[in-house]
This record gives sequence, structure tokens and C-alpha cells, in this order.
Amino acid sequence: MRGTRHMKNWMKKFLLIAIVLASSLSPLASREAKAELKVDITRGVTEPIPMAITTFIGSDGGSNNVGQQISSVVTADLERSGLFRQLNPASFIQPPQDIAASGPKLPDWKTIGAQGLVAGTVTPVDGGRYRVEFRLWDTLVGNQMAGLAFTTTGDNWRRIAHKIADVIYNRITGETGYFDTRIVYISESGPVTKRVKRLAIMDQDGANHKFLTDGSDLVLTPRFNPAAQEITFMSFRNKRPRVYLYNLETGQQRMMGEFPGMTFAPRFTPDGRSVIFSLIRGGNSDIFVMDLASRKVVQLTNHPSINTGGSHSPDGRQIAFESDRSGKQQIYVMSSGGGEAKRISFGDGRYGTPVWSPRGDLIAFTKMLGGQFYIGVMRPDGSGERLISQAYHIEGPTWAPNGRVLMYFKKTGAGYKMYSIDLTGFNERQVATPLDASDPAWSPLLP
Amino acid sequence: MRKSWLVLLAAVFLVTACESTPDSTADASANAGGGTTTTAPNFSFDPNAGGAGINQLSQDVADRVFFGYDSSELTAEGRTALERQAEWLKTRPNLNATIEGHCDERGTREYNLALGERRAAAAKNYLVSLGVPAAQLSTISYGKERPAVEGSDEAAWAQNRRAVTVVQ
Repeated sequence: MRGTRHMKNWMKKFLLIAIVLASSLSPLASREAKAELKVDITRGVTEPIPMAITTFIGSDGGSNNVGQQISSVVTADLERSGLFRQLNPASFIQPPQDIAASGPKLPDWKTIGAQGLVAGTVTPVDGGRYRVEFRLWDTLVGNQMAGLAFTTTGDNWRRIAHKIADVIYNRITGETGYFDTRIVYISESGPVTKRVKRLAIMDQDGANHKFLTDGSDLVLTPRFNPAAQEITFMSFRNKRPRVYLYNLETGQQRMMGEFPGMTFAPRFTPDGRSVIFSLIRGGNSDIFVMDLASRKVVQLTNHPSINTGGSHSPDGRQIAFESDRSGKQQIYVMSSGGGEAKRISFGDGRYGTPVWSPRGDLIAFTKMLGGQFYIGVMRPDGSGERLISQAYHIEGPTWAPNGRVLMYFKKTGAGYKMYSIDLTGFNERQVATPLDASDPAWSPLLP
Repeated sequence: MRKSWLVLLAAVFLVTACESTPDSTADASANAGGGTTTTAPNFSFDPNAGGAGINQLSQDVADRVFFGYDSSELTAEGRTALERQAEWLKTRPNLNATIEGHCDERGTREYNLALGERRAAAAKNYLVSLGVPAAQLSTISYGKERPAVEGSDEAAWAQNRRAVTVVQ
């Protein structure tokens, strides 16, 4: 009973936020119907929830160090989401050692304005491993909301921190977290006319950055296999532009198959067993799907126009893609078996790069109109178009696995950088990368 | 007269040797090991030559044709250039040409790969219609990945929307 009530208390604020956002979005939707362009700026609508994330304490120097690092990564994850705000630790009254020994004095935490309190311990166990325990309390109601323990090797503390942040995010928002994830993208350097592009991978917070290719081949548009440690991308190796597969466990890359023309725009099907891609023959591109085990290839479009950018719905039944069959680049939806396609984008301008949300409810896209680029979302039937960011130049959305956050690339100075943004259009943040960056793809939650 | 021509020829050879070095290194390692890594970058897409080395065709005739925004239609100027290219290619049936299709930056990446290929195909089809054997010609699209010039204005975009015929 009490548990339900305190959850309700936590949720109240979020419901309020959701209502505010929903009501602020609907006028935009109706304006859109009149084809008036308005970027949805709802920045500042949400007041981040004040949190007290205390330093996780250990029992010796090593475990204390791990604890400190975990606390800072959890804090950074939650703050980056825009939904949480860490209070100044100088205001914390009760020391973490005291919380561990005798439990939290929740009224004290409430007094300093904390709505959520996080505390944890790190205990060395055999073989250089650590047991990490953490708890989350609701200071308003005075209840523990979550308590979990993980045992891990010392070098794996970052993933534990992301998992803890995911649990906190989930308990407070009701949404699945997205912090224990990775980003694969294209790292860019060199002059624009001779750009060097490398496949690179990193944690969603930029840690553990690694280049996967050395820049000798032009590479583009990497995407994760939702079911395996694998990436599909496009490479111009030996001046034969083709779709490739990269095994993240072995580091091996191979051409997906030899075809009588350029293959490009690859993306895994939701079950990870096939790749949808485009093939060009005689100047005309159509969409195909290849089963990776049987190597069977099925043609899905057959139209004298550009057909590319295929992206499956998460249930695998439908495919969104782009085509200029109407004369201009627009977004269409067809059955996963191909056949008749229904156009869903009808606003002014050109629409491309459709990407189906992992929740199935929305399709993200790039829109071009009047010399500007936009990132937007619409429902799979084309209704409810909403533009969430605008720039010259902005392109190529990818979804966090919870369907609440998007990432894309945007011209920043002379080159491009990646940015993340909430679905509602607030909390746009640059994603830190060592060099310029484009073509991000968000991984599913790590297993 | 003859002497200065020889000097010029020698200079061309020198340039060819310099420009093709990084590419041939990368190719050699790719052929030898498949997965072996090479530190020599293989990005020698010289905007003036299209690919590595000197574009023989561009020494004598205009090697490129230009397109309108989001268009693969040949212009009158473009057709004239291709007619000269066709004459040049027909007298050298032992040479193969690659037509590279390119786009300006004002399109999405994958669409531009398709559009670039469409431009290359438009140029190729016209050359074939003028009597160049199709077997002598191949196409490749670089989309917006290899602009000829840097810049985000009409002048730069116009130069970047192109199909370049490269003979090596």
C-alpha cells in the first residue's frame, strides 16, 4: 500500500511534466497541419528533480576509489538526461558512512531539498572483484524505492554505474533506462574534399572510445545488430562501395555479399538475422533484404526512382523508407514483404532518413525545407508531425533503446558533431568525441 | 619544341608517381592481407583528377558536367562536354573510364549516394548513345562525400553537383 502511494508521489511530478509537454505540443501539431514551420522548443518546461547522490563508500583505498567513480558516473548519466539535478554535496548533512551504518535520516535529506537519495557501498570480494550495493530512497514519502547488488570485476565498474543509473531512471520515470548502451559512429578528420572517415565506438557517455577502422577506406552509416555484437556499415574499400559487417567480438569485417552494383543504406531487421539495404543498378536504387544465414536475397521495391533508407518497425511487420517516386524525396511505409507503399510525409519540403522508434509509436526523420534541415518525428501513419531541432545542417537521427532520446549530427564550426535531445525537443547536448563525428547509431541495452 | 614537350612529359610522370603512391600502398596491403592494417591512407580522391593519379582525359577535354539541385538531367553544356569526351574515348578503345557521380551537401547521405549514381548513369548513358562502348565505362557514386570544393554557398554547391569522367 505505502509502496504504491509513494510511487504515486514520485510519478505525480512526471505526470505533470508529461501533461505540460503534451499540452504544449498539441498547438504545434495543429499549426503543422497548416504547414507552418515551428520548431518545438519546450526547453525549461521540465524542472529537473533534485537528487542527493552520495559517494559510494568502500572498505579500503581501492574500493573507495571505485565507489567514488561509480557515484560520479551515475550522477553524470542522470544529469545528462535533463530530468535530474545533483544537489551540491557540500549541503549533504549525513555522511555516507553513517547512512551505511544506521540508515538514512530522510527528514534531513528532505530539508536540504533532495527528493531522491542514492547511497551505496563497494566491498572487495575474492579475485579482485567487488560487490556493489546501492539503494534509492524517496525522501518525501520516506521509503526505499530500489535496492540492488552487483558483483563485478574492478575494471567493469563503469557498466555497473550505468546499470545503477538505469535502475534509478526507471524507478523514477517509469521508462526503461538507456545508460548501459554504446554508440557507433563515423569519426571525421582532414579537409572537406579529402575527408578521412573512421568507424568508431564508445559508451553512450563517451567513455571507452575506440576506432574500429584506420581511415584507409571511406566508411559510412554504421548500425548495430539489435541481437548480437555486430555492426553493419558501408565501405568504399577497393573503390567498390558495398555493405559490410563488422564483428565486435573478433574485430573481423567482411563484405555482406557481392552484388552487381553499389549496396548501401544497410540496417538490421529487428531480429538481427537479416539486413535491409539498397542496391543500385543502372542508376536506379531499390530496396532488398538479405537473410544472413541462408544468404537469400528478396527484392522489396521495384520502382524507377530512388528507393533507399529502409527501417523496420520493431515488430518486423512494416518498413519505412524514402523514395522520390512522387518527384521529391518523401517517406513511405510498406509491408515487410514489399509490395504497395503508402506515402506518409505530406508537409512542405523533402523528407529522408526514416528511423522507426524502438517503441513503435513514432518514425524519426530528417526534413529539408527552405535551405534548413530539421530533425522531426511523426506517427507511422504520417500524423502528428513534430519538428524537434533545426539547423544548417542537421541530419541522421538514431533512437535510444527506450525511444525517449534521439541522437543526430549537426554542423558545428567547420565540421560535424553529434548531439542528443529528448523526444520533446528539450535538453539538446553535444556528445563529446575526440574528432568531428557523424552518422551515430545507438545500441540496444547491453546484455 | 620537342625537348620542352619531353620535359613536360617527365613532369607529368613525376606528379603521377607522387600522387599514386599512397593509393597503391593501401591497395597492395588490401590485396595481400584482406584484414591487414595499413597506415597509408587511401583517400587520394584528388578533386581535379577524380581518383588517384592523373586523369588522362582531363588533359585534353573537360572531364566533368554539372547538374541542378536534386537533378540528374544533363544540361546543354554538359551534353557538349560529353560529346567531346565521347570523341576522345572512341579514339582510345583500350582505355576504360570511370564516371564518378557527386552531390552537393544539401541532401541526406544515403539519398545523395543514390542521386550521385543517377548522375553518373546519366552521363554514362549519353556517352553510350554517342557510340562509346558500354563495356569501356563504369560508374561510381560518392554522394556528398567528396566535394570538389569546400563551402556552403551556391558557387560551391554548383561545382560539387557533378559527374567526372576519369581515365587512368
